[in-house]
Amino acid sequence: MDFLRPASWEEALAAKAEHPTAVPIAGGTDVMVEINFDHRRPEYLMDLNRIGDLCEWEVGEDSVRLGASVPYTKIMEHLRAELPGLALASHTVASPQIRNRGGVGGNLGTASPAGDAHPALLAAGAEVEVESVRGARRIPIDAFYTGVKRNALAPDELIRAVHVKKADGPQQFSKVGTRNAMVIAVCAFGLALHPRTRTVRTGIGSAAPTPVRAKTAEEFLNAALEEGGFWDNGKIITPSVAKQFADLCSAACNPIDDVRGTASYRRHAVGVMARRTLTWTWESYRGARRTTEGAA
Amino acid sequence: MSSPNGTPTKITQGSQTKGGIGESTLRPDGTLKVTGEFAYSSDMWHEDMLWGQILRSTVAHAEIVSIDTGEALATPGVYAVLTYDDLPTDVKNYGLEIQDTPVLAHGKVRHHGEPVALVAADHPETARRAAAKIRVDYRELPVITDEASATAPDAILVHENRDDHHAGHVPHPNIVHRQPIVRGDVAQARERADVIVEGEYTFGMQDQAFLGPESGLAVPEEDGGVHLYIATQWLHSDLRQIAPVLGLPEDKVRMTLSGVGGAFGGREDLSMQIHACLLALRTGKPVKIVYNRFESFFGHVHRHPAKLYYEHGATKDGKLTHMKCRIVLDGGAYASASPAVVGNASSLSVGPYVIDDVDIEALALYTNNPPCGAMRGFGAVQACFAYEAQMDKLAKKLGMDPVEFRQLNSMEQGTLMPTGQPVDSPAPVAELLRRVKAMPMPPERQWESSEGADLRELPGGLSNTTHGEGVVRGVGYAVGIKNVGFSEGFDDYSTAKVRMEVAGGEPVVTVHTAMAEVGQGGVTVHAQIARTELGVTQVTIHPANTQVGSAGSTSASRQTYVTGGAVRNACELVRAKVLEIGRRKFGSSHPAWATAELLLEGGKVVTDGGEVLVDLADVLEDEAVEVEEEWRHRPTEPFDLRTGQGNGHVQYSFAAHRAVVEVDTELGLVKVIELACAQDVGKALNPLSVLGQIQGGTTQGLGVAVMEEIIVDPKTAKVKNPSFTDYLIPTILDTPTIPVDVLELADDHAPYGLRGVGEAPTLSSTPAVLAAIRNATGLELNRTPVRPEHLTGTQLSEG
Amino acid sequence: MRVNFTVNGRPQEADDVWEGESLLYVLRERLGLPGSKNACEQGECGSCTVRLDGVPVCSCLVAAGQVEGREVVTVEGLADYARQRSCASDACGTSLQNAQQWEATGDSQTGEGTELSPVQQAFIDAGAVQCGFCTPGLLVAADEMLERNPTPTDADIREALSGNLCRCTGYEKIMDAVRLAAARQGEAV
Repeated sequence: MDFLRPASWEEALAAKAEHPTAVPIAGGTDVMVEINFDHRRPEYLMDLNRIGDLCEWEVGEDSVRLGASVPYTKIMEHLRAELPGLALASHTVASPQIRNRGGVGGNLGTASPAGDAHPALLAAGAEVEVESVRGARRIPIDAFYTGVKRNALAPDELIRAVHVKKADGPQQFSKVGTRNAMVIAVCAFGLALHPRTRTVRTGIGSAAPTPVRAKTAEEFLNAALEEGGFWDNGKIITPSVAKQFADLCSAACNPIDDVRGTASYRRHAVGVMARRTLTWTWESYRGARRTTEGAA
Repeated sequence: MSSPNGTPTKITQGSQTKGGIGESTLRPDGTLKVTGEFAYSSDMWHEDMLWGQILRSTVAHAEIVSIDTGEALATPGVYAVLTYDDLPTDVKNYGLEIQDTPVLAHGKVRHHGEPVALVAADHPETARRAAAKIRVDYRELPVITDEASATAPDAILVHENRDDHHAGHVPHPNIVHRQPIVRGDVAQARERADVIVEGEYTFGMQDQAFLGPESGLAVPEEDGGVHLYIATQWLHSDLRQIAPVLGLPEDKVRMTLSGVGGAFGGREDLSMQIHACLLALRTGKPVKIVYNRFESFFGHVHRHPAKLYYEHGATKDGKLTHMKCRIVLDGGAYASASPAVVGNASSLSVGPYVIDDVDIEALALYTNNPPCGAMRGFGAVQACFAYEAQMDKLAKKLGMDPVEFRQLNSMEQGTLMPTGQPVDSPAPVAELLRRVKAMPMPPERQWESSEGADLRELPGGLSNTTHGEGVVRGVGYAVGIKNVGFSEGFDDYSTAKVRMEVAGGEPVVTVHTAMAEVGQGGVTVHAQIARTELGVTQVTIHPANTQVGSAGSTSASRQTYVTGGAVRNACELVRAKVLEIGRRKFGSSHPAWATAELLLEGGKVVTDGGEVLVDLADVLEDEAVEVEEEWRHRPTEPFDLRTGQGNGHVQYSFAAHRAVVEVDTELGLVKVIELACAQDVGKALNPLSVLGQIQGGTTQGLGVAVMEEIIVDPKTAKVKNPSFTDYLIPTILDTPTIPVDVLELADDHAPYGLRGVGEAPTLSSTPAVLAAIRNATGLELNRTPVRPEHLTGTQLSEG
Repeated sequence: MRVNFTVNGRPQEADDVWEGESLLYVLRERLGLPGSKNACEQGECGSCTVRLDGVPVCSCLVAAGQVEGREVVTVEGLADYARQRSCASDACGTSLQNAQQWEATGDSQTGEGTELSPVQQAFIDAGAVQCGFCTPGLLVAADEMLERNPTPTDADIREALSGNLCRCTGYEKIMDAVRLAAARQGEAV
């Protein structure tokens, strides 16, 4: 095994081009476990901790450019307003120690369906900024997950940042684990209201081979909200609409039985979380709307 | 926490000396433990040492066709590769009771993760790479995983040609041991029952999950022997098993206890002890072996998973009429402590209740599942889970309050055990239930605050699954009985060496035992006993090793009783000798030497009236008084193999719990809000340590109620979750406040009236949590741990 | 490979480090600092918690090569770290104690005379130590929390320590210890 320590992003890209099998390591949450337990013996380990740029974020007009290695702790502390869904998800990642070191780049690189960031990124809308010596590109989050623990990266590419749309409405994230802390998701659900476009987006974790959106559920809800004039009248979403949305979210799952839970539990739990997160976000939207109207 | 109350034993000798029994003195190893300097077995290091690695079977049941070690041995940095063929003597098996466990697999592997070969190399990675190069050709055999497959007429025998002492009386060679207990006439008593409840219960496989992994350092010595620095629960039991395999006399296998990172039963059996010694003797170099967490799950036995079938009857006014039960424990591939676990499960299967007519059967199977043996509670845990569920069912059927129903049937001093043995010390079962019920209830909806719901107080915690939706509170009670000490006629003794001398003008005492301090605080208590018995303040605890006689095991809640008793006994003998010297030197100077009862207090000889006669320093001068003596508790008897009758136990320990839970009934997530406990400890030698034992044991019971289970694939008998990622133990966010009410009713047969503390709280915690979840959900819940699937009806796979 | 970094204020050099080694292994097996514990080596127990450039991390999940040029504080350095924090740097002696040998010398297990940080002392006083294997990681985590949040609620303590497993105590005495350390810290101000 060789240990590569690029001092800059350019050096990292050059090293990755020269050694496409090099395994990047930043927070170490996944990579070090595989090494400690002899599940993986990469030819090259490439440390990304020296590249300061990866730990920085910029809040732009419409989106936040989040460096791949910005620790979850920082997201929780500093980006709660801009990225509420991702901040909630960050708070559920493993332990304080791991949140201090791990970042979204690791979740994306590993592309495990259980990664906590994925449902929040899917729901908010995001693009992954990747780069190689051949050039940079942005991969829409919907096209990023290509299979079980597989993503759209080319062998010579590295993840530099993720561009996440700033919240224009309430967002929620919920995760089921069989312990109250430090637990891998049995399944997870992210939901974001986008009042500006009058759409709702979702993200489901650990209930399909890849993180997925519940697109049929989104389409149903978008239509139902539009039809009933909900965005304007701010009425409570009827239980039947919420139930159908939840059922469609359950139907969007393609789960398996494993030691963490059964497929049918996952399907069931995603439905419950979908209904609850819809209620919470919609209540929040209604509350904000009332406040705005009151002020006007 | 409330202060201990009841009737504590009165202490005269040493009552004026600070730091004696009854005080919450602080751990003598505390400073080393908080500075990181305490040397655990995995911290050992030696110049020029090698690292040992164990190659384990990847399948559960197979014939070994061939093993090729050539490539591994040729790896640079590798010093030795050993297989069965390299074992130096005819003794190739070991075992606590039945020597059925191969040091290295011979011709066959019987469970997933069985040791097959050993490697020693100059770096752990070199050893791992070399082990991976050993080629083992397996021919797989069908796996035996449950009672049906184990006792089928054509079942493959897990162990052929058994010649152990249980082989003759078991109904099938795949049954390790079977213990029936029959008392009274169940058929007749059944006629009196107005209600009868039946239940079939399942208890999952729990792991001790001590945090310090199995590890040790074996150093070859010039005389051809070996010195092993090891974390264990019983040095001399290890020694007895190790020496014959190495072909060394016991005095050439020196053992020193290293720091032990928890045990809970998981270090009763050998793990890497013999392997490290073999490699050290073969290479002539010190060899260190440290399991990682994955290997640790294969490296020690687990708590027996069990199926329990119960029938109880009661009259309409709430009196229990009879009980029938059948307890099937899965012992896995090797016997370990299974026979003794069977003895406990059967003899404690009635619980702390009066039932005169019982028909009991407990047995342990040989299967190809992971070997199971000792874990805190030891056979009593599984039974308690089942009989307490039955008590709730009966109470419900009778329309009675579950606590009152239990109180109505509670045993007391004088009650006969199902074995016919009278309970001859206080058994305050009804009182413990009363106390735990009387404790104030935690407030409702603690999670509500002005800023919304505090997720940390809700089911699901930080995972943000509920803001109160679906959350229902439930309350449940349970009580249990655990035997203390080794039972069934075992010669259960301990040895203590106590020395008093003068250093720097002060009398100082050294206590030397082979007791394994595994965290329980035995070292604290030994120093307290020495202060009380010898009236000195300076006590040194000598490191535990095999240079002193056996202390028995740190298990069965026995150490404070038995090794504590041995220390007290040795101190009394030292005291007598010291007074004898004093009489010889000063007897003529004061009449009290002849007439008064003399005590040692504050480093002086005093009369029982408080008059100081002389300084101990002047009595001893440069003389040292030393005593090494064995001490035994009252003898017990084996249980009759057909009727189960016999005075098998020496003491009992009782605890009761009240669990308050909040369940997210839609998602099936549980938050335990509070787990209150009341326990009788006879005499709290160190109240702070007593609370620590009760709260720790309670939490392990909570773990197996809602999350802890080793999952074994029934098709392959392979372990599916050998990691802390998927074998979950409670975090601080899962663990509630644990208020404790300590009762002290002396057991006159025990030193200071004390009662073993460690295990009882592990028993009743689990059924109390289950009862609370049933109360919240209305579900029957006949298995533990409860998973979200069981609370949401989603346990079956789709399609 | 060779790795140079600072541990408990002292420059350290580790040689012949295998590239797959963790910071935990280097501390324990190469630098004679086994206070950080190897309970799970998968980031699921917190026993190996150290501060890396001030931030609590699991040292089992840090590749040795990643600490080149960085600062690590382990449980062995916690008392010094706390002392330096608690007083003005020029008023306090800046010399660090020699890295202490892990071997307990002699028969005494008391470690008397050792200077402890407030949180270390509180763990002893409150009975928060049993087997002690989780203790070093808990101390590093608890000390850092009290630095950030001197008056934590119970829920704050639980959250901050939710990455540290303990199998012996049931956590009650650990809660007591952290409350005690916070109270004493409050009195001292």
